[in-house]
Amino acid sequence: MQLIDQAKVKKNMQSRLTKNNILKGVFFGATLFALVVLVILLYRIFTQGIGYLDLQFFQNFASRFPEKAGIKAAFFGSLWVMAVIAPVSLIIGVGTAIYLEEYAKKNRFTTFIQLNISNLAGVPSIVFGLLGLTVFVRMLEMGRSVLAGGLTMSLLILPIIVVAAQEAIRSVPKELREASFAMGATKWQTIRRVVLPASIPGILTGGILALSRAIGETAPLLMIGALTFVAYLPENLLSGFTVMPIQIFNWTSRPQTEFHDVAAAGIIVLLVMLLIMNSIAVLIRNKFSKRL
Amino acid sequence: MKTIMDEKKVQKAPRKEVEQKKDGQPVYSIENFNLWYGKDQALTDISFDIPEHQVTAIIGPSGCGKSTFIKALNRMVEMVPIVKMSGDIKYRDNNIFDNKYKVEDLRTKVGMVFQKPNPFPKSIYENVVYGPKIHGIKNKKVLDEIVEKSLKGAALWEEVKDRLNENAYGLSGGQQQRLCIARCLAIEPDVILMDEPTSALDPISTLKVEELVQELKKEFSIIIVTHNMQQAARISDKTAFFLNGEVVEFSDTNKLFSNPSDKRTEDYITGRFG
Amino acid sequence: MERSIRQMIKDKKEKQKTRLNFMEKLVPGLLLLCAILSVLTTLGIVFTLIVETFTFFNRVSIIEFFTNKDWYPFFEGDPDYGIWPLISGTLMITGIAMLVAIPFGLAAAIYLSEYATDRVRRFIKPILEVLAGIPTIVYGFFALTFVTPVLQNVIPSLPVFNALSPGIVVGIMIIPMVASLSEDAMSSVPNAIREGALGLGATRFEVAVKVVLPAALSGIIASFVLAISRAIGETMIVTVAGGATPKLTMDVTESIQTMTSYIVQVSLGDAGFGTTIYYSIYAVGMTLFLFTLIMNLIAQYISRRFREEY
Repeated sequence: MQLIDQAKVKKNMQSRLTKNNILKGVFFGATLFALVVLVILLYRIFTQGIGYLDLQFFQNFASRFPEKAGIKAAFFGSLWVMAVIAPVSLIIGVGTAIYLEEYAKKNRFTTFIQLNISNLAGVPSIVFGLLGLTVFVRMLEMGRSVLAGGLTMSLLILPIIVVAAQEAIRSVPKELREASFAMGATKWQTIRRVVLPASIPGILTGGILALSRAIGETAPLLMIGALTFVAYLPENLLSGFTVMPIQIFNWTSRPQTEFHDVAAAGIIVLLVMLLIMNSIAVLIRNKFSKRL
Repeated sequence: MKTIMDEKKVQKAPRKEVEQKKDGQPVYSIENFNLWYGKDQALTDISFDIPEHQVTAIIGPSGCGKSTFIKALNRMVEMVPIVKMSGDIKYRDNNIFDNKYKVEDLRTKVGMVFQKPNPFPKSIYENVVYGPKIHGIKNKKVLDEIVEKSLKGAALWEEVKDRLNENAYGLSGGQQQRLCIARCLAIEPDVILMDEPTSALDPISTLKVEELVQELKKEFSIIIVTHNMQQAARISDKTAFFLNGEVVEFSDTNKLFSNPSDKRTEDYITGRFG
Repeated sequence: MERSIRQMIKDKKEKQKTRLNFMEKLVPGLLLLCAILSVLTTLGIVFTLIVETFTFFNRVSIIEFFTNKDWYPFFEGDPDYGIWPLISGTLMITGIAMLVAIPFGLAAAIYLSEYATDRVRRFIKPILEVLAGIPTIVYGFFALTFVTPVLQNVIPSLPVFNALSPGIVVGIMIIPMVASLSEDAMSSVPNAIREGALGLGATRFEVAVKVVLPAALSGIIASFVLAISRAIGETMIVTVAGGATPKLTMDVTESIQTMTSYIVQVSLGDAGFGTTIYYSIYAVGMTLFLFTLIMNLIAQYISRRFREEY
C-alpha cells in the first residue's frame, strides 16, 4: 500500500507553488511600500519647499511674514547645540565603553550598568526633556540655554554612543592587546595607543549617527524651553536659542499654508545636513573597513 | 640616520653594554611550578633552568602545556582570568610573581613573538617604534636609528626600507612575523619568547625565521615553543619535552634526540604518538 | 648609538614611573565615573519624576488622577485631572500604528530574510535605514500636510486634527524598526533548518511561515513590544497632527491628545513654574515612563527567556 498518494501531491503542488508566488509578490509589495512612502515624502517636501529655498532663507531670522522668514537663528542654534553635544557625549560615551569593555569585572554591578544603558535607550526623548528641565534649567540654574539643551541631548544619545563604541572596542582583536602587553606596555598605554586607534572608525561612525539623531530631535529641546521665535544668534553657552526642528515645528503649527512651504524649505535644509553627516559616516566606515 | 651602514657589521657588533651576569647563571630558573585553569591542572611540578644566550626549545604534543608554560614566563598567562599558580619562576634572581617586581618591567626585558603574526594596524615604522615610545624614547633621530637597527636585526630592512610609512598589513605573512620580531628587538630585550612563531608561515618564510633565530641567539636568550621536532633539532641547543603538563626530559638537544633517557621521549620523537 | 636602547629605557623608566603609575590609578577611576553617569541619568529621571509627581499628588488626589474620566487642566476654577483620556489617546495612536507597522514590517522582514537576493537586500536595507533616520518632526509635517488631506478625500468629515493620520504615520516611522529587528531574529535561524524543509519539497512560503516564523517567534514578538514602546513615547507626530483635545473615545477620526503631546502643550504655554499644571506634566511623564519601561522590560524578558539555542 502506498502511504503517499502521488497524484494528490501533484495536484496540490500547483496550488502551493501559486500561493508561494503570490505571497512572494505580496511580501515584496509590502517592502516596496517603505520605498514608495519615502519617495512621496521627499517629493512633497522638495516641491513645497524649493520655492522658499534661496540665499535670503539663510540670511533671515524668523518673521511674521512667510516671504521674509529665514532659518538663520535655527541653523546656527543647531550648530551651537552640536558643539556642546559632540564633545560631551563622545567623551562620556567612549569613557563608559572603555570602562565596560576593558576594566569592568564581570560582576553584578557591571551587569547593572549594562542593563541600565539598554533601558535608558528605550526611554522616550520627552522624558529626557523633563529631566533636563528639572536638573539643568532649574536646579543647576543654567536657564533655557544652549548649554542646558546640549547637555540634555548628550544624555539622550549617550546610550547609542556607548553601544556603538563598545562594539568597536570589542572588535579589536585580542592579539593586538597581547602584542602591546608583551612589550611591557601598561593597560592604559595599550588602550590609548592600540585599542582606541584601532576602534576609532567604528566609534566615529556610531558617533556621527548618534549626532544625526540629536540634530533631528525636537521634543526634549521644546521641554527645556528652546525658544520658537528668535531673532538673534547665540553669543555664548548661556544664550537662549532655537534649533532647526523647533523652527520647523513652529512653522508647521501655523495655520497659514504659506508657512507650511517655509517649513518644507527648513526640512530640506535639515535633511541635507543629515545626508551630509550620514555620508561622512558611511565614508569613514568604508575607508577603514578594509584595514582590520 | 647614518648614511650607509654595513649590515653585517651592525648585526655582529659586540654588545656595548654588558649587564652584570655571573657566568653560567641561568636566565630563568623554574622551581616546582604548578598552574591550573580553574580546576584543571595544566602544568605540574615544573622545575628546570633555562640557560642564557642559547636557544631552548620546548616540544611536546598539542595540549601538553607548552604554550601555557611559555606564557607563564612573561605572565601573559594571567590574561586568562581563572588561572591559578603555585611555585616559583625566577628571572635573573627576581621572583616574577613578587608583588614588588612589576609585570611591565619583566615584559620590557622579556619580549615575545606570537603564533600568528600580530602587527599593529599602523605603518611599519610605527610598529617598530611602538616599544621605544611607550618606554619614553621620543627623540626622532634615535627612533630612526632604532628602526633601522631592529629591522636589520630581523633581516627585514632590505625588503621594507623604501616603504617604512606603509601599513604593516600590506606585508606578507612571513614579513609580518619578522616585523613582529623587529618590534620585539626594538627595546633590546634580554630574553625572547617565541610561541610557535612559524606555525602560520610557509616553508620559505619558516626557513628565514629559523636562520634569524640562529643569528639572534648571539645577543639574546631565546625560548621557543614548537610542535615541529625537526625545527627543534635544527635550531635549539637545549630541549625540554613536555607531556601532559609535566617535563619528561630536559637536556642538550643533541642528546635528547639521539639518546633520550626516557622511554616516552623516545616514543614521541620517533613518531609513535603526538 | 652611543648608548644601548636598553640603557636608554632604563634611564627613562625612573622618569616615567611616577607618571605611569599615576595614570594607571587615575584613568580607571575617571572611566568608572563616566559609566556611573549613565546610572545617575536613570536615577535623575526616576528621582525627578517621583519628586515632582509627589508634589502634584499633594494638590490633586491620586484617586482623582485614576478615577476622573476628564482631563481639563486649563478650566479656570474647577480643573479636571483624570489621566484616562490621555492614556486612551496614546493607546489609540499606538494601536493604529501597530496595525500599520506589524503587517508591513513583518512582511518586509520575511521578504528580506527568506526571498530577497543579496543585491535586493543591499538596495532595500539602506532605504529602511534612511526611513528610520528621518526626524520625527518631518513625519509630523508629512502627516499634517499630506496624509490628512489624502484621508480627507476618503473620509470627507475628517477634521484637520485627528488620531488616524498621525497613527498611520507613527506606524510608517516604526516599520524599519520592526523589519530590521524581526529580520535579525529570522536570519539567526540556521540555514540547515531551512534546507531540511526545502529538501522535503516545501515551498519558500511554507518554510517561512511554518519553520522560520515559529523558530524566530520570540525575537519577532520582542520587536513588536519594542515598537509599541516606541509608539507610546512618540511625541512630535502626534503633537503636530493629533490635536489637543483629550477625550475618551474609540473614534479614530476625532481629535485626541496623547500623554506626550500634553506635555509639549504645557511646555509651549505660559503655565509658570510652581503651578499645578506645571507639576501635572511630571505626573503624566511618570505614567508615560512607566508604560515604556514595562514594555522594554517585557521585550527584554521575552528575548532572554525564549532565546532559541541552535
